[in-house]
Amino acid sequence: MEETILDVRGLRTSFFTDEGEVKAVDGVSFSVPKGKTLGIVGESGSGKSITSLSILRLLAENGKVVDGEIRYKGENILDFSEKKMRSLRGNKISMIFQEPMTSLNPVFTVGQQISESLTTHQGMNKKQAMAKSVDLLKLVGIPSPEKRVTQYPYELSGGMRQRVMIAMALACNPEILVADEPTTALDVTIQAQILGLIKDLQNRLGMSVILITHDLGVVAETCDYVAVMYAGQVVEYSDVRTLFRKPRHPYTVGLLKSLPRPDADQEKLVPIHGMVPSPFNMPKGCRFAPRCPAATDLCREKLPDLFDDGEGNQVRCWIYDEEWPGPKEVDVFGEKRIAQG
Amino acid sequence: MSEQTAKATTSEKAYNPRLELYKGFWRRFKKNKSALVGGIIVLFFILLAIFGPMLVNTNPNATDIANKLQPPSGEHWFGTDNYGRDIFARIVHGTKLTLVVGFVSVMIGGIIGVLFGIVSGYYGGKVDTIIMRLMDILLAFPGILLALAIVSVLGGSLQNMIIAIGIFSVPTFARIVRGSTLSVRKLEYIDAMRALGASDFRIIFKHILPNVLSPIIVQATLRIATAVLTASGLSFLGLGAQPPTPEWGAMLSAGRSYMAESPHMILIPGLAIVLVVLAFNIFGDGLRDALDPKANK
Repeated sequence: MEETILDVRGLRTSFFTDEGEVKAVDGVSFSVPKGKTLGIVGESGSGKSITSLSILRLLAENGKVVDGEIRYKGENILDFSEKKMRSLRGNKISMIFQEPMTSLNPVFTVGQQISESLTTHQGMNKKQAMAKSVDLLKLVGIPSPEKRVTQYPYELSGGMRQRVMIAMALACNPEILVADEPTTALDVTIQAQILGLIKDLQNRLGMSVILITHDLGVVAETCDYVAVMYAGQVVEYSDVRTLFRKPRHPYTVGLLKSLPRPDADQEKLVPIHGMVPSPFNMPKGCRFAPRCPAATDLCREKLPDLFDDGEGNQVRCWIYDEEWPGPKEVDVFGEKRIAQG
Repeated sequence: MSEQTAKATTSEKAYNPRLELYKGFWRRFKKNKSALVGGIIVLFFILLAIFGPMLVNTNPNATDIANKLQPPSGEHWFGTDNYGRDIFARIVHGTKLTLVVGFVSVMIGGIIGVLFGIVSGYYGGKVDTIIMRLMDILLAFPGILLALAIVSVLGGSLQNMIIAIGIFSVPTFARIVRGSTLSVRKLEYIDAMRALGASDFRIIFKHILPNVLSPIIVQATLRIATAVLTASGLSFLGLGAQPPTPEWGAMLSAGRSYMAESPHMILIPGLAIVLVVLAFNIFGDGLRDALDPKANK
């Protein structure tokens, strides 16, 4: 069994607004093995980004983790003081953001910004930090780093800035890198380069990566494990091969069916009908039930747990429970699934 | 080898981004002719304040009753006042006073205001509400009235006047800085800095402050004009500089009784005040246009 570096159990994060409590993340569990990549997939508003911000405890003022545990090397970081948390951020757990164009401070040079976490966390002086910054820029594949280090963000392209962001995040050799849609704002060729770079750095530095994305193609290419999120919950967690070969949750099946695949003989893409439920009006039972072609009364009434298949793969669906009232063979978006019951 | 290094250094010299930024600023500023004139007048008064008293040896407080109320002449360029004091010397010596009042009061108001504004904008919520309502209360008073009230409480003197003008400059700075902070705070690099483990203190002073600096500079320049005007007003009312200090507002006040026979006694200090205020105002406008190229295309 692999060593787990980060273990999230039953995480619930809510935002308290004038209109009431919004349960943005409602019962999320997953674990990140050391040196591996976990992908968190889901559509907009499914709670992926909030999950990552909860891990770093960087939620907006009206957001709060109301329940659950986030264990980093066995310690619950939700109990950490703000000071201890600050020494963790950027040092042991780093994050890169979606928008490379606005994620760098326009009034400082690239070198000054990379130096920042080195002087904060590692007590380097300015000269040492600058020298290390040049090394880091070299590491992330920026040509003529000695020159780039004195340049301002506006002088760099989007892909280049994202590389700088990665260099900043890697400055202190973090054990976990949280990448929140790191390639969404970049064009496709640059996307491939950045993903390749993250993968390559992961292999060299042995860090774990949490990759948040809505792009299943990116997941297939880079992740070892995947957590699929829907309406604030993890609906399926498994290793990447199992997920793509034999997705079990109807939502995952639907997602994969809605992707064009050059290898399969598809006449039409199968859409998932309906909309993501409003956070103010969540269904009582399974959150996917209103859109699920196989939903039964049980699904509409009672929220299923995450059922473990004994091999570390989990799914939040009644089909895989003994209580399943429906037929033995279930048709999900044109695919057959054998019920457990 | 040596040729290569030589090449590298020249290319580095040819492209210095910081220099480019200043060049851009200067180019835009230079285009605005009135701002340039304002800047030159401001510079002239600053130099006058520093070097004037050394060049003009006449004692600004030396009375000469025999030569009182002389119109401008070769001997007394700006004439003399009701005690026979040389108005030119008084204006030159008063320049320093005027500018010091302007700069110091704006500095006091600016520092407090910027601090309030940045904290208010960064933390939001209750802190924001309390600070901004306090500022609203200050803003509800007309500036000169507030300064008047503060000076009456503290007692009329130059120092108290500076404090009073400083206090009534606080809310303008607080508001402007709060607005800019709100927009900067939402930018992703602030989140990114937090994700790298930076403390609030560091984020506020190292990352937000430099990004809200240009509206502060513009506002400070414009506020100096207001401060000079208010200071003159207060001195005119007898609440600021006390006689025989050669303060322009006080000189104006002294000239009131002799307006009909010796108009130069009010015209000259009046013109000096107008010139300084006007210069700071158009200089400030020019700065705003040059520092924010997006606003003016």
